[in-house]
Amino acid sequence: MSIDKSEVQKIALLARLAIGDEDITSISKELTDIVELIKTMNSVDTTDIEPLAHPLELFSRLRTDEVTETDQRENFQANSAETKDGYYLVPKVIE
Amino acid sequence: MHQSTLTELSSALELKKISSEELTRMYIERCKKHNNSLNCFITISEESAIHKAKIADKKRASGDCTPLTGIPIAQKDIFCVNEIKTTCGSKMLSNFIAPYDATLVKRMDENGFIMLGKTNMDEFAMGSSNETSFFGPVKNPWNVSCVPGGSSGGSASAVAARLCPAATGTDTGGSIRQPASFCGITGLKPTYGRVSRYGMIAFASSLDQGGPMTQTAEDAALIMNVISGFDKHDSTSVDKKIEDYTKSLNNSIKGLKIGLPKQYFEENLNSEVADITEASIKELEKLGAKCIDVDLPNTELSIPAYYVVAPAECSSNLSRYDGVRFGHRCDNPKDLIDLYSRSRQEGFGKEVKRRIMIGTYVLSAGYYDAYYLKAQKVRQIISDDFKKVFKNVDILASPTTTGTAFQLNEKLNDPISMYLSDIYTVSANLAGLPAISIPSGFIDALPVGMQLIGNYFQESLLMNVAHQYQKVTDWHQKIPSGYQ
Amino acid sequence: MKWQTVIGLEIHAQLATKSKIFSGSSTLYGGAPNTQACAVDLGLPGVLPVINEQVISMAIKFGLAIGAEIPEKSIFARKNYFYPDLPKGYQISQFELPIVANGQIEIETEERKSKVIKITRAHLEEDAGKSIHGEFGNNTAIDLNRAGNPLLEIVSEPDMNNAKEAISYLKKIHSLVQYLEICDGNMQEGSFRCDANVSVRHIDEKELGTRTEIKNLNSFKFIESAINYEVSRQIDSIESGKRITQETRLYDPNKNETRPMRSKEEANDYRYFPDPDLLPIFISDEMKIKIKKQIPELPDEKRARFIKELGLSEYDSINLTINPDIAYYFEETLKITDDPKICANWIMGDLSAALNKENKNLKNNPVSSKMLGEMINLIKNNTISGKIAKIVFEAMWNGEGNAKEIIKDKNLQQVTDSKEIEKFVDEAINENKTQVDQYKKSTDEKKQKLISFFVGQIMKKSKGKANPSQVNQLLKNKLDD
Repeated sequence: MSIDKSEVQKIALLARLAIGDEDITSISKELTDIVELIKTMNSVDTTDIEPLAHPLELFSRLRTDEVTETDQRENFQANSAETKDGYYLVPKVIE
Repeated sequence: MHQSTLTELSSALELKKISSEELTRMYIERCKKHNNSLNCFITISEESAIHKAKIADKKRASGDCTPLTGIPIAQKDIFCVNEIKTTCGSKMLSNFIAPYDATLVKRMDENGFIMLGKTNMDEFAMGSSNETSFFGPVKNPWNVSCVPGGSSGGSASAVAARLCPAATGTDTGGSIRQPASFCGITGLKPTYGRVSRYGMIAFASSLDQGGPMTQTAEDAALIMNVISGFDKHDSTSVDKKIEDYTKSLNNSIKGLKIGLPKQYFEENLNSEVADITEASIKELEKLGAKCIDVDLPNTELSIPAYYVVAPAECSSNLSRYDGVRFGHRCDNPKDLIDLYSRSRQEGFGKEVKRRIMIGTYVLSAGYYDAYYLKAQKVRQIISDDFKKVFKNVDILASPTTTGTAFQLNEKLNDPISMYLSDIYTVSANLAGLPAISIPSGFIDALPVGMQLIGNYFQESLLMNVAHQYQKVTDWHQKIPSGYQ
Repeated sequence: MKWQTVIGLEIHAQLATKSKIFSGSSTLYGGAPNTQACAVDLGLPGVLPVINEQVISMAIKFGLAIGAEIPEKSIFARKNYFYPDLPKGYQISQFELPIVANGQIEIETEERKSKVIKITRAHLEEDAGKSIHGEFGNNTAIDLNRAGNPLLEIVSEPDMNNAKEAISYLKKIHSLVQYLEICDGNMQEGSFRCDANVSVRHIDEKELGTRTEIKNLNSFKFIESAINYEVSRQIDSIESGKRITQETRLYDPNKNETRPMRSKEEANDYRYFPDPDLLPIFISDEMKIKIKKQIPELPDEKRARFIKELGLSEYDSINLTINPDIAYYFEETLKITDDPKICANWIMGDLSAALNKENKNLKNNPVSSKMLGEMINLIKNNTISGKIAKIVFEAMWNGEGNAKEIIKDKNLQQVTDSKEIEKFVDEAINENKTQVDQYKKSTDEKKQKLISFFVGQIMKKSKGKANPSQVNQLLKNKLDD
C-alpha cells in the first residue's frame, strides 16, 4: 500500500505543515518506503500481547493541591513574536 | 591539562594546581579555536562561564564546595538553561531564550559544574549523524570528513577533541551511545526514569533519557551521582534511592555472566567490528567474566516498532511549536492555518517533518491499531525477551553500531538506511534498559565502541564493568591528532 | 408526522481545586491575562505535567455519588488538534479507561414522573484558554489563565427527550457537584457549562437521527432555548426535504438561533493515544472507602427527610435542597429556632429576594443563620409582629446589628400594654365618627371592611407596633358597645 499524494496532503494538513507541491511526490515515496519498513512488524503474531506504553510498569505519583507558581508573564512573553496588553495575538479566528 | 578526566581535574583543583577560572578560560579558548572546523557548539557562553568560574574559585577557597566545583562541562542544546539560548538544533528555536533550568542542568549547577556552552545536535534529536542540525553538521575529530554520529554528536565530538572534559547527551534510540562509539568516548544511557526529563526538550517521551558523555566510566559515575534521582516535576522519574556510583567501580567482575545476543553479531555487522568486539569480550573474560550466547529473537522488529513509537510521540510533542507563544513565526500570516502551517514548514527541517508526518499517519483514524497499537505490542515482546535473558546473565555485550563513523552526506538522503543503522541501540530504549558504549578499538583510525546493556537500574554494574575494562585497555585514552 | 427529540449532554464541571490539574498555577478566576499561566500551562519546551491529587479524589467522589464504576486503573490520553487556546497542540484528557464509568441519576420529568438518565462516563481533562475576538483589530487575543484548569467532563447517554428533561438533568448534576464540593457551579464564570447533542427522529424509528452538537452553553435559560431552537430547525429541515449535517453549532442568545461553527468545519482526527508523560493512575479500594465517607447527605435524601421529619411540603423541600448552601443555612437556622415552616418561608422569601436583588449568595450574605433564627424566635414570642420583622430583617441586611439590637434601637418592640393600645383605639374612633356611624348601620360583611380600616389607622398610630390580636379585640369591643 502506498501513501499517495492526497494522503500526504491530508496528513500535512493534520500536522499543519505547508508542504510545497513540488515536494509531494518525493515525500509520498519516502513515506511509502518507511511504512513498508514499519510493516515488517507484521511478521510477529501479537495476539494476546498487552501493549506496552511505558518501559516501567509503575503507577503515577500525585501532586499535593497547592499553588506554587507566580506570575512570570513578562519573562515568558520575551520569547513571543506578537503580544499586546499581556495577550498572545494570532490572526483573527472566526468561530 | 585539557587531556585530563573529571577525576583528574577535581584533584588538580583541590590541590590548587589550577584555578577554575584558568581552567575555564583554557577550555573556552579551545572551543573557540576548534569550533570553526568541528562545529560542535551552537553557543559558547564565555561570559557566564567565566563569571561562574570566579565564583567557584571563591567557593573552593572558602570550602563551600563539592569535589566537582569549578569543573567545566558542556550541555547538549536540548537542555533548557535559564537565560541562555536553547535551540534544540532547530531554526524553530533559534532565538529561544529558555526561561528556566532543566532539572539536570540545575543539579549540575548546584554541584559546581561550570557550563562552557551548548553543543550542536541533530534537530530535535532526530538523526544519527548530526547532519539534520539547523546550525550545520558537526565533524568527527578523528576524521573531519566523517560524521560524529547523532543526535548528541556535538557533545561526542567536543569530548573526543577535549574541548570540554565531559558533556551531557540524550538518548532516544541510541543518541548517546552511537556518537560515543563513533567518536571514541564513553556514553551512558541510564534506565528510563532514572534521570529527570524536566527541561529536556522532548522528542519521544517514553524513550528519551539524558545521560553523561565522558572520557571514562569513572567520570560517567561522577556525573551520574549528580544528575540521577527522583524529580517531582517529572511524573515518569522513579522514586528510587540513588547509590554512589563511584563505590562499585572497583568491584571485581570475576564470575560475572555476560550474555552475547546472537542477533547482534549477524550479517549486518562489519566483520572488523565483529573481530574488535570479540577481542574486547576476551579482555572481559581475562578479568574473570563468563560469556554465554543468548537469544533476542525479535531484535529485527525493534526498528519498525521504534519508527512507529518515536514518530508518533514526536508528532504530538512538537505540536506546541506553532509560532504563537515562542519559536519561529512566519511573516504576515493571512489566517490561522497559514500561521501554523508556514511557521512549522519554515521552522522545522526535513527529517523532523518526515517524522511528524509518519507519526501523524500512524496515529490517524483507521491506522492506529495496525501501527501504533501493534508497535506497542511488539515493544512488549522485545521487553519480555530481555526479561527472559536477564534471568540467566548479568549484562549483555555487543557492538554499539554495525560499523564505524560514515562519511558526511553518505546516508543523508537515504533515511531507511540511516534508520536501520540503529539496530543495536533502539531495543534498550524500547525496553527502558540502561546501556553504555565504551571505546574498544579502531578501524582505519576510526573508533569502535562496545555496548553493554544492563538490567533495570543496573547502571552501577555497567560502569563497574566498563571501568574494569578501561583499567586494562587504553582505547579510551586515545585522542585524535590535532587535539592532543 | 410525530417527532421524537433525542438529547445527550456533555457537562464540563470545573473542579474546585486551588491549583491546576497538571501544574502549580492558581485557578482563581479573573486574573490579568496570562498572569496565571506557568511554563507547564504554556507548553514551553521541555516541561512536563504532574497530576493534582485533588482532581482524582474529586472525580472518584462524583463517581461514587452516581453509583458508577471506578476502575482500578485509569489512564490519560492526548487529544491532538491545533487551536490557539490549546497551547501544546493537544489536550490532556482521558479516552480509554476513564476514571468514572456507567453511573446514573434520577430526574423528574414535566409530568412529575421519575426517569433514570444513564451517565456513560466522566473523565478528567484540562481546560483550554480563552480567545478574545473583536477587540484587537485583525487579531484574536489569547489568554491562557484558564488553560490547565481541571475539568470533569460528564457524558450522559442520549436519554433525554425534550429540553425540560435536559434542564432537569443539568440542574440535578449542578446541585450534586455543589453538594460534593467538587465544583462551585458558577455558570457566569464558566465553572459549569455544557454541550448538547441534539437529534430528532420519527417516533417509530429505531435508529437515531443525525445529531448536531451545540457548544458552550452557560445558562439554563440559553440551554433550553438553544435546544428548542435546534429541534425545530432540524424538524423544519427534514420536513422540507433536507438532510441534517453532523456538525458543531454555536448558540447566539441575542438572535436566539444556532449556526454552524466555522472553525470546527474541517473534519477532525484527534489521534488519541496514551500520554507518555503520565503514568497510569491506580485507585485502591481503601481510597474509595475513604472518599465515600466524605460524601455528605445528598439532595434526594435530604428532601425526603425534610418532608418526613420536618413536615415540609414537597415544594418547599425541593427548593430548600437544590443548593447545598441554602440547605445548610436552613439546617443551621433550625438549630436556633424550631419552626421549619417559618424558617423555610423567610429563607425562600425575604432572604432569597434580597440575595437576588443585590446579586449576592449565601457565602457573602450579611444575615447569618443565627441572626435569622433569633429574629424568628422574637416573632414567635410576640416581641415583634411578622410585619415589623420585615423592617428588622432589612436592618439586619444593612448591617445594623442583630434583631434584638435593632428592635431596641428602633424601638420596634410590640405594644402589648392594653392601656396604651386602648389609647390608640380611642383616638381612631374619635377621629373617624362617620365610619363609626356607618359601622353601626352595616351588615356583617361591610363591618369587616370597616374593622380593617380602623386597624389600619391604629397600626399607623402605633407605627405598626400594636399587637394585632389585642387591637382587634379592643376595637370590636368598643365599636359593638
